[in-house]
Amino acid sequence: MARISKADREAQLRNEEEGLHLYANRVRVYPKEVHGPVRRAKWAILVACLTIYYALPWLRWDRGPGRPNQAILLDISRERFYFFNVELWPQDIYYLTGMLIMAAVGLFLVTSLFGRLWCGYTCPQTVWTDLFMWIERKIEGDRNARMKRDAGPVSLDVIWRKVTKHAAWLGIAFWTGGAWIMYYADAPTVTREFWSGTAAKPVYVFTFLFTATTYVLAGWAREQVCTYMCPWPRFQAAMLDEQSYTTTYQSWRGEPRGKASVAGPKGDCVDCGACVMVCPTGIDIRDGSQLECINCGLCIDACNHVMARLDRPAALITWDTLAHQAAKARGEEVTPRWLRPRTMIYAGAMSVVMIVMLVAFATRPLIEFAAQHDRAPLFVRTSDGSLRNGYTIKLVNKTGRDAVFEITVGGVAGAQMALAEAGPAPADKLTITVPVDEVGTHRLLVSAQPERMGEGSLPLVFNMRDTASGESVTYNAQFLGPADRGATR
Amino acid sequence: MPTKIEKDIISGQDTTGHEWDGVKELNRPLPKWWLYVYIATVIYSVGQFVIYPSWPGISGYLHGTAGWSQRGDVEQAVAAVGRQRSGYMDKIAAMPFDQIRADGQLYNVALTAGRIAFANNCQPCHGANGTGSLGYPALGDDVWLWGGSYGDVQKTITYGIRSDHADTRTSQMPAFGAVLKPDELDAVTDHVMALYGTPTPGANVALGNKVFEESNCAACHGDKGQGNPEQGGPRLASKVHLYGADRASVRAQIANPRMGMMPAWNTRLDPATIKSLTLYVHQLGGGQ
Repeated sequence: MARISKADREAQLRNEEEGLHLYANRVRVYPKEVHGPVRRAKWAILVACLTIYYALPWLRWDRGPGRPNQAILLDISRERFYFFNVELWPQDIYYLTGMLIMAAVGLFLVTSLFGRLWCGYTCPQTVWTDLFMWIERKIEGDRNARMKRDAGPVSLDVIWRKVTKHAAWLGIAFWTGGAWIMYYADAPTVTREFWSGTAAKPVYVFTFLFTATTYVLAGWAREQVCTYMCPWPRFQAAMLDEQSYTTTYQSWRGEPRGKASVAGPKGDCVDCGACVMVCPTGIDIRDGSQLECINCGLCIDACNHVMARLDRPAALITWDTLAHQAAKARGEEVTPRWLRPRTMIYAGAMSVVMIVMLVAFATRPLIEFAAQHDRAPLFVRTSDGSLRNGYTIKLVNKTGRDAVFEITVGGVAGAQMALAEAGPAPADKLTITVPVDEVGTHRLLVSAQPERMGEGSLPLVFNMRDTASGESVTYNAQFLGPADRGATR
Repeated sequence: MPTKIEKDIISGQDTTGHEWDGVKELNRPLPKWWLYVYIATVIYSVGQFVIYPSWPGISGYLHGTAGWSQRGDVEQAVAAVGRQRSGYMDKIAAMPFDQIRADGQLYNVALTAGRIAFANNCQPCHGANGTGSLGYPALGDDVWLWGGSYGDVQKTITYGIRSDHADTRTSQMPAFGAVLKPDELDAVTDHVMALYGTPTPGANVALGNKVFEESNCAACHGDKGQGNPEQGGPRLASKVHLYGADRASVRAQIANPRMGMMPAWNTRLDPATIKSLTLYVHQLGGGQ
């Protein structure tokens, strides 16, 4: 036990007496069912997201014989990423970087305009939590029934409902974990292998891993993920300003709140608590914008029902900005301000990245050539006095068919080429066939008898031409030899 | 040290009572499950401590109940590669060179084995990838003292040159410094320089020719200096020279020749490795 000072210990005891602790029990959230346009939109987005996630790996795409026919496939072992008619190689990874930058800036832009729309509608944590809550509600009943059962004694009724709920959760979690694997392997094949026990070990490991994370995060952790684990809520405030639309309780209209039956000056809020009961993170939106709020807007639907029943105007809770709220409180008219330096910078950055990416993608070469000079020996002198340099050449064929490449060399007069392994007579032109979707690697020997070597290095230019399409690429290399006597270093 | 717990006006929350230069900390208690996760990781670490190697001692360490070690992992991996490799190496030992070359996978295995064996055994003299240096032949060029075919190279590696093996390749050049007069030596030097392709102006061509003929240089080097790989006679009509191409070096080599030696490798390397080395050296650029 660590020693602490008497004063510290006293303060500690005092805190505990006052009920102040460094650790708090989790407050269970029992969100109530809600109906309305916001809820319907949220269901629609949920169904769309999950359909895409579960169904996409099964979409087929014909790429010709012997090649994967899955529309989206991240083939890790063969280092290829297939996305419909696009095929990316590891060296194209910067397209992924660009997409991630666009996604990040896009998220900033949406957040600065509409608050945490991502969190409330499309974040996987929200989507699966929503789905799991729906199942919970179907099996265990709505908020009040669940609270009653959880508070009451353990009975057969409680047990079968809990068991059924967790079984359903695990089933969906398994389906989710299994679908993840299908993005990395041919879906029908990996499914067959999975159930016949012949799939690779990582398939089982990752299916189990994502089953477990889905079950734990969506079933048990829920809003704790958003509040305690996710970094985004912590810094998303930096994207918000007084012109951002967020889920807002119009306090100038609602306050002072109170029951309609009690006398005194009244705002529109009757303090019924409907907004708190439906909140999936268990907060009170009337306390203002806060870290835990995922901006899902379910409280809007809940409040509008109450307002309609009481014949009061709708939208006591609505999407609005801080600036508008201040203006409305003064009774002024408001107009949205979409164009702000912040949004323009985000939109501008996004456009720039998008244009750069599109141009880079549209003009990306389908053939590539690279020559790496031998490190040792730098050059070899042969009996006739000529110099020979060795290179490892790589011929990239992304054309989607077998390609016949024609390689020529320039820059050094009389340079002749020969492939080391084939050993044909030196020629000034080589023809090499590279199979579809592969990189041809060869050792190339270039011989020349330059009159002068200068400081020991001459520029050498390789040219590779695709005989079918006529597309050609050049590569600048060096031809090395002994420095001429008297050349300055 | 906690001093006074206050209620923060803006957030309505209590402070922890800690204060640093006027900065106070809000008490936002962590959820208990977070603490439990922390405790679980501590318990996990105890298990890890018991199962895996964990604590150093004076003359050893705590091995852990699983008996795992990085060294053991490496040994297993090496053994696995060895098992895989032995199949290939048996094939390489049994098959003739041309068949190995025709089998792409086997050829690649042989080149890799050869490259590694070369770096371990040959590189000290011949240089990285057979670069060569003064007195040590470059292996990538097209000049061979003892022939550049697969069989020639294999024999050279197996028995060496001027080694202590009975079947070694060997050749000897007499020290002509003790036989020839200085002007004869100069003349034959100029004759060799002319064969090299760098004739000396004002050389005594007639005397050079005569000495080259009378000293029987052609028996090994050929009448036009073309060399004779059968008996290790170096080629003179070439731009590649083992002991230097300047006149002083050539003269010294005639007067008092240096003759290098190469050990017989069959005492250190198995036949499959020697064959792999042969294939590797052959493809450096000069194989015949």
